[in-house]
Amino acid sequence: MSKVRLTIDGIAREVEAGQDLLSASLGLGVEVPHFCWHAALGSVGACRLCAVRIHDGPDDDEGRIEMACMTPVAEGQRVELADPEAAEMRARVIEWLMVNHPHDCAVCEEGGACHLQDMTVATGHHRRRFRFEKRTHRNQDLGPLLTHEMNRCIACYRCTRFYRGYAGGRDLDVFGAHDRAYFGRYEDGPLESPFAGNLAEVCPTGVFNDKGWSEHYARKWDMAATPAICTQCSVGCNLFAAERGGRVRRVQNRYHGAINGHFICDRGRFGALHVAEARLDHPRIGGAPADAETTRAAVQEALAKGAVGIGSPRASLETNAALRRLVGAERFFAGVGEAEARAVGRMAGWLAKGRGASLKQMEAADAVLVLGEDLTGTAPRAALALRQTARGAADALAAEKGVPAWLDNAARVAGEGRRPPVALVTPMTDALDDVATWALRRPPEEVAAFGQAVAAALRGEAAEEAAREVAEALKAAERPLVIAGFGTGRGDAVEAAGAVAEALGEHARLALFPPEANSLGLALAGAEGLEGAVAALEHGRAGTAVIAEVDLVERADPRLVERLFAAAETVIALDSAETRTTARADIVLPVADWSEAAGTLVNHEGRAQRSFAAVSGGRPAGWRVLAGLMAVRPGWDTLDAMLDALARDLPQLAPAKETAPGAAFRLPLGQVARAPWRMSGRTAQDLAGRVPEGTPPADDDAALAFSMEGAQGADAPPALRTSYGVPGWHSASAAPFLTDGPDGPMAGDDPGVSVLPGFTAPAPLAEHAPRGAGLAPLPLHEPFSGDELGRRAQRLAQRCPAPVIALHPDDAAEIGLADGQRVAVDGGEAVPLTLDPAVPKGHVAATAGRLLPRGGGHRAIVEAAE
Amino acid sequence: MRGVVQSLAAVGRKLLTRKYTAGYPEVKPELPARYRARIVLTRDPDGQERCVACNLCAVACPVDCIDVVKAETEDGRWYPETFRINFARCIFCGYCEEACPTQAIQLTPDFETADYERSSLVYDKDDLLIAGEGKQAGYTYWAVAGKAIAGKDKGEAQGEAPPTDLRDLCP
Repeated sequence: MSKVRLTIDGIAREVEAGQDLLSASLGLGVEVPHFCWHAALGSVGACRLCAVRIHDGPDDDEGRIEMACMTPVAEGQRVELADPEAAEMRARVIEWLMVNHPHDCAVCEEGGACHLQDMTVATGHHRRRFRFEKRTHRNQDLGPLLTHEMNRCIACYRCTRFYRGYAGGRDLDVFGAHDRAYFGRYEDGPLESPFAGNLAEVCPTGVFNDKGWSEHYARKWDMAATPAICTQCSVGCNLFAAERGGRVRRVQNRYHGAINGHFICDRGRFGALHVAEARLDHPRIGGAPADAETTRAAVQEALAKGAVGIGSPRASLETNAALRRLVGAERFFAGVGEAEARAVGRMAGWLAKGRGASLKQMEAADAVLVLGEDLTGTAPRAALALRQTARGAADALAAEKGVPAWLDNAARVAGEGRRPPVALVTPMTDALDDVATWALRRPPEEVAAFGQAVAAALRGEAAEEAAREVAEALKAAERPLVIAGFGTGRGDAVEAAGAVAEALGEHARLALFPPEANSLGLALAGAEGLEGAVAALEHGRAGTAVIAEVDLVERADPRLVERLFAAAETVIALDSAETRTTARADIVLPVADWSEAAGTLVNHEGRAQRSFAAVSGGRPAGWRVLAGLMAVRPGWDTLDAMLDALARDLPQLAPAKETAPGAAFRLPLGQVARAPWRMSGRTAQDLAGRVPEGTPPADDDAALAFSMEGAQGADAPPALRTSYGVPGWHSASAAPFLTDGPDGPMAGDDPGVSVLPGFTAPAPLAEHAPRGAGLAPLPLHEPFSGDELGRRAQRLAQRCPAPVIALHPDDAAEIGLADGQRVAVDGGEAVPLTLDPAVPKGHVAATAGRLLPRGGGHRAIVEAAE
Repeated sequence: MRGVVQSLAAVGRKLLTRKYTAGYPEVKPELPARYRARIVLTRDPDGQERCVACNLCAVACPVDCIDVVKAETEDGRWYPETFRINFARCIFCGYCEEACPTQAIQLTPDFETADYERSSLVYDKDDLLIAGEGKQAGYTYWAVAGKAIAGKDKGEAQGEAPPTDLRDLCP
């Protein structure tokens, strides 16, 4: 990239050529007021707030007022933000935007974190001179997740640009004419897009807001924010968890340049708030509450019989490593079927070859092949990234015509709707079909064959027509991308994806999505499938099973789980909430959920990331509980000591310690403060009848303080940032000040360390046809439904469609089942049967986890329920 | 030198004035209405709570002695579920009153709040809420806010036009 030199308010600056002046200024930390511009949505020049005076060169004395967002940076430009005429114009723009804005700040959730409020204060407007009436609107009921208060709208169009243009939603639009422009749905009803929650952050004022936050409300300045990692899928989006009074009240996007950027999905945003539901607070023996000493004695007795450890793809690396230490490496297994454990191990192997694509790299791809994965269901944020890929070709065509991509509307017109080749090979109708060039339907067991056919075609061998077309498109691309996962319950698509990438050459990238937040971490710890644990128990090599934070029923063949419970004398389960596994366990030990303890998770690209405790004084972390059960206490008192032990036990995962500074890390101002400077009520909070004394609780596991004392915002290293911390900019619109370029990496680099280098993958598992009677299972993944914990988040559950069991009409007729009849899979939960000709014959499609365990390798029996 | 003499004269003149002894506590001082002491929460002219739990008083408070927790009625009215002031910390600066957009929180001339027990200086909403409008008669925040509540639909606030008809194509 070439550089251009310009002056802003008399200071000589050098910036990347080809950007707009607004992005360049914000990147330099120059605070140009703006509304409609959004770092991820580009410039449309709708609000006229970013007016600045621009002189073309040293000889241009007069210059002219222009919109910074619509002006490309140019050599020799002189920009005056402080020019009185430009400042006056910005003040008048604010004044007219405020003409109809209601007198609502006191009763508006956005107040205190409102971009409109920030800009109004910045321009000095404080009194409405306009003496005529304010126009008003009626609101809509937009479902359980978002509020709607249309009076507050300033018609910046950010919502529709995000919802329709960026996220591919269809049911939010602008209606009406003149100054009556109305942003909403055609009629009341929940917003359909699984990314609608982002509107709460995209909207620069209080039209759309998080309904759950409003219910348990605290102003932004009153909440302590903690950097956390989403546990609802394998993408590992970065979050801010905002807490007050011991309750996580809101989850928001935390910018990460390579992963989530400015947006997260609704499953992450609202599913994380499951923490208050079905909590396990007390140890239990045989169904009855027990005290800590009795429990410890009972556990010691059970462990003495020899124990297998069953690790979890949703628990932290630390918890899995502690369990591995407790039972021994040879008796440590994964709480998922061997097919899944092996497939994820293979993914790690493919990714370790350096082909892995981050979401950011996915967006840059110019030809895509998706093998079997319903991305919108299994890793929603990755589906959003793929939608951006689909805009790449249009932007490239626009660039040929000299229209830069940031000039959003113009680039869309100049791009002529051109699409890059995207091939979706999935068993069922896919939410991404609208961006696909080829939406190919194949039964799960034929997906890999199609991938291998594409690989064969690339090698110049004979292949079917469709595969040849896809192969040609991939071959012609500069940055081809192959996507696969374990969504269909089969691991062969991963091998096929790898084969296609190898056939394409060095430049091809792979995006592989394991099922859960730490699936890859568990695989890197070398855990084999649940079958091994059952065999050890059945052969008497162990008498006890210790299950750490995993509901086996969700993940493995029910017959296998039955065998485990039958073979184990004692089952010890650790979890944060009641699950179908803890309900049957003999000894239950409560452990921290994601909001109560720090932990490290490995995401789909092999990036280890640290999540921190958002509330103090919660239940102990899983690894602490496990350390307490060991006959000889291992001396892990802090997370740092635990990570040292982990690095010794599992050298592959040693870099996990580098994901964030240790607890002893100090800045000139001390620790990093979770709470903002202006946190209120410290000397009155939670004091019915008592006066607070003493010091704030300490965090042994992080250099983060549970108070406002310490460094804030950009002063903190990226992995510990608790806010964007730009004075005067309290909304998510402050993020561009902390990034290199509007969509670039975080200043100081994006957090996370790869733990893949040097990993040798296990051999692929020979895929065999599922045995026994019944139908082949086809798990359906729902973007609004997370794992057994995330599903409990109340508002997300209200938004989530009812679970489904679907059969092809011919199969249903053969079994003798009718549409709407109540049926169950393998004796599980009964729901009305759906007949759908889109279900491949010989398969039963059912909601993953809840009705059908997601691992393959077995057949499922569908029966009429009583 | 001149200044010193002037100062001495000013002090010296006080020697000639009549002595004044306040008879407190038997005789209560007459304080102006705007004197800043014990804090109360007032009500709208229609008797409803004025406070909308916006938290501006809490954030304006330099000693962080106000804690407000927002709740919402069925019809959309915000109100404080908790409103607590720790008078052991309060410095009676009056910033809360200045910050209040609804005129709910007001300081009164009642300064006799001393107590032997610190915990009894923590006042909750029941202790703070009074029956009347206090110093600001006639003001109702909800009459100027754009949010609809029971008895005040969209377009019925002061200076508001009726809700728009989206199907109208007229300019």
